[in-house]
Amino acid sequence: MPEPPEDTSAAQEETGGWTGWVRRRALRSFPPEQLLPDKQPIYVASWIYVFGVATIAAFIVVLASGGLLALRGPAWWHGSGVGHYVNSLHLWSVEIFMAFMVIHLWGKFFMAAWRGKRALTWITGAVSFLASIGTAFTGYLTQQNLASQWVSTQAKDGLNSVGIGAYFNVLDFGQMLMWHIVLLPLGVGILVVAHVLLVRRHGVVPPFPPKDTHDPDSAVAQGAVQA
Amino acid sequence: MRFAFLPLSPINLDHPGRYVHWGVIQISVANLVLILLMVLLFAAAILLPFPGTRRRK
Repeated sequence: MPEPPEDTSAAQEETGGWTGWVRRRALRSFPPEQLLPDKQPIYVASWIYVFGVATIAAFIVVLASGGLLALRGPAWWHGSGVGHYVNSLHLWSVEIFMAFMVIHLWGKFFMAAWRGKRALTWITGAVSFLASIGTAFTGYLTQQNLASQWVSTQAKDGLNSVGIGAYFNVLDFGQMLMWHIVLLPLGVGILVVAHVLLVRRHGVVPPFPPKDTHDPDSAVAQGAVQA
Repeated sequence: MRFAFLPLSPINLDHPGRYVHWGVIQISVANLVLILLMVLLFAAAILLPFPGTRRRK
């Protein structure tokens, strides 16, 4: 009687060094069908669920138009027709980005979207909102016109009064430009990616159950809200 | 430089902004209109049916 083939899956599971560990961990946390799903629960068929992805679409336009502005420089965005257009595109994509993000926030707040172990999803979204405000603020400071001078001189007293003026000097154009085009966009980008991955991992938050049902899941959800 | 084929803005923006004062609250009319539009959009997103919902049921 032939011997059964040796099971090597357990041995292979432990090989591969740190790259193998990362691969196994990534596949366990984000199975492909969960990372890139082609179906969503029926309750997702509502316009209120559209604003999250609309915010990401606006963010892509913000990054692309900002990249063009960085390539061509202020003489171009202040002194040419196409430069004015791309400058306006950057401004209005930011307006839409912020407006859609706030509507997304309203929707998720009234759904109590932190239910069901989704606290970190909520936190990454809230912190990315705050980081986006900082990015927009430093954008106002780096327009290189009278408005940016006005905003910076108005803001410096408030920031000095809370003790961060020495480290975040709104009158230092170079520092504000670096915050605007490197540090804060990087932070917002990392937070948005983490936010989307967490949504993929835990799924879209379901609506509240009807009040007259005694679903044990609803009790769990209520517990999560209270926690 | 202005594109000659573009029409002028339908709203004259060449003046200081108008503000609404309500107690300690002071907000520009432009920002107030924007917030009202966002609230309307939020209400519409809740109330309007999503395309294809009936078919999926």
